[in-house]
Amino acid sequence: MAWGDQVVLMNASLLEQVLDESSPKPRALVETEGLSLRFGKQTILNEISISIPKGQTVAIIGESGCGKTMLLKTIVGLVAPTSGKIFFDGVDLKSLDDASMTGLRKRFGFVFQNAALFDSMTIEQNIAFPLKQHGIPKGKSESQLIRERLNEVGLPTNVLPKKPSQLSGGMRKRVGLARALILEPDLLLYDEPTTGLDPIMSDVINELIIRTRKRYEVTSVVITHDMHSARKIADRIIMLYPFARLKPGESQMLFDGTPDQLDSVRDRRVKQFVAGEAGERLMEMLADKGRGDLDSLRHLPEPPKEET
Amino acid sequence: MMSENGTSTNRSRVPKGLEKIAVAWGSVVVSGLTMLGDISLFAIQMFRWMFTAKPKKDTLLPNFYSVGVLSLPVVALTGTFIGIVLAIQSYDQFRNMGLETRLGAVINKSLVRELGPVLAATMLAGRVGSAMAAVIGTMRVTEQIDALISMGANPIHYLVVPRFLACVMLIPALTVMADFMGIVGGYFHSVIVLGIDHAQYLRNSREFVSGFDLFSGVFKSIVFGALIAVISCYHGFHCLPGADGVGRAATTAFVQSFVMILALDIVLNLMLNGVEYALWPGGTKLF
Repeated sequence: MAWGDQVVLMNASLLEQVLDESSPKPRALVETEGLSLRFGKQTILNEISISIPKGQTVAIIGESGCGKTMLLKTIVGLVAPTSGKIFFDGVDLKSLDDASMTGLRKRFGFVFQNAALFDSMTIEQNIAFPLKQHGIPKGKSESQLIRERLNEVGLPTNVLPKKPSQLSGGMRKRVGLARALILEPDLLLYDEPTTGLDPIMSDVINELIIRTRKRYEVTSVVITHDMHSARKIADRIIMLYPFARLKPGESQMLFDGTPDQLDSVRDRRVKQFVAGEAGERLMEMLADKGRGDLDSLRHLPEPPKEET
Repeated sequence: MMSENGTSTNRSRVPKGLEKIAVAWGSVVVSGLTMLGDISLFAIQMFRWMFTAKPKKDTLLPNFYSVGVLSLPVVALTGTFIGIVLAIQSYDQFRNMGLETRLGAVINKSLVRELGPVLAATMLAGRVGSAMAAVIGTMRVTEQIDALISMGANPIHYLVVPRFLACVMLIPALTVMADFMGIVGGYFHSVIVLGIDHAQYLRNSREFVSGFDLFSGVFKSIVFGALIAVISCYHGFHCLPGADGVGRAATTAFVQSFVMILALDIVLNLMLNGVEYALWPGGTKLF
């Protein structure tokens, strides 16, 4: 490349940087400030500060018990934080009374890990439940909305009179998504949407998450263990680490960046999680269990050596 | 007496076994009082929701059906059996005194005032209360309660208020049914099987069973119904995870409801007897 071309490129990148800094930041739909959650002496979340702009899809990854689901539940007000603030579209959730919070929940859609469909209701009643609570949007009928959402998640209308127990796991998750979408929320929260599904159904759910985002321009927060899924659906990945195993003063968010940046990360714990390797966790578990169990686990691979 | 480090040694005089017992009983008392406080707060929350928002018809009707219609056969059947058992047990004693025609009065008064409401409440606690705890507990464990909240529904208003209303409003009907079937069972055994004079049996029944007896039974049943609903829903809401947690919630709900029914029965009897003596000092006497 000629010297002149290099100067032009450098100038272009400088200009981009300046423009980036001068242009207003995209407004955050969800923001947490120093969010902490403790149950007795156990700290689940410690000083978590996240800002999620409108339209972004964030995947929160991390090993079981690191507080991912609790973070999600705290964001929608299902669990009250011990300290810290949560803002939704600029409104501090703590300042809202019960009625205002109920009104605000119209703008949230929550897809639960096992769909959390009401056993006593039919699929139709399950999908219609938010409409019964908040009313039907003008110009639409209940059955029209239900059929539209069902069609979007790729389910036939003959499931409507069935009970949740008559559907497969993948179908239940799709019904859960249809229910969460019925009021066209601004924020969609997915709690491990692909857990327990076969690879094909997992990919169907991933595609549905991507399509939903494109169609409704919805902001999404996805809790997942599935790295393939996280890379496919997310604009941004955040990795949480169990507070109890952090070094003093360390942030619980070990990684916050794009899926591409995940490949160049140097933190050993992030690399191990992304690669799905037990690493020193295996040694820690063995130490917890005592020497007696070492022999039975000797066939397992050695943890990788730490990079300097 | 002070030890070397300045602390009192009185503690060391208490035998270790006794200390352990005191600590164990202390923790039982503390946890019992904590639970009582929790249940009271839960009930206050429920009452607040009951008067601030009208429950929906589609949540009320299934609960009314489950509490009222489905409990009726078992309450009627057990009521009949109790009436017959009372007749069998009392007959010999009354015959020895030559008072067998008064059997109707004893059976009917016991049923209307005491056994009818307690029996209906016990059946309700066993059939409906434990099911309430299990259903709500399962909803808690499978995140259905979280789903309710996330969709803007209050779980106390949606799940507890309809169950409470169903229990309170329909337990009087179940009690009257238990009373009626017990009276029929007692009459059948006394008159048809034991051959007691029909006219005298009925006359004594009418003479010694007052309207206040019926009121007492129905009043007590309403209190029992409220108690069953609150205790059962509370245990469902505070269910621990897993199948074991749900099972434990259902069992605890029944056991606590049953114990509280009997404990409260003593208090209510003392109270109602006081009212009766104040209103009718002479009263009606069987002998």
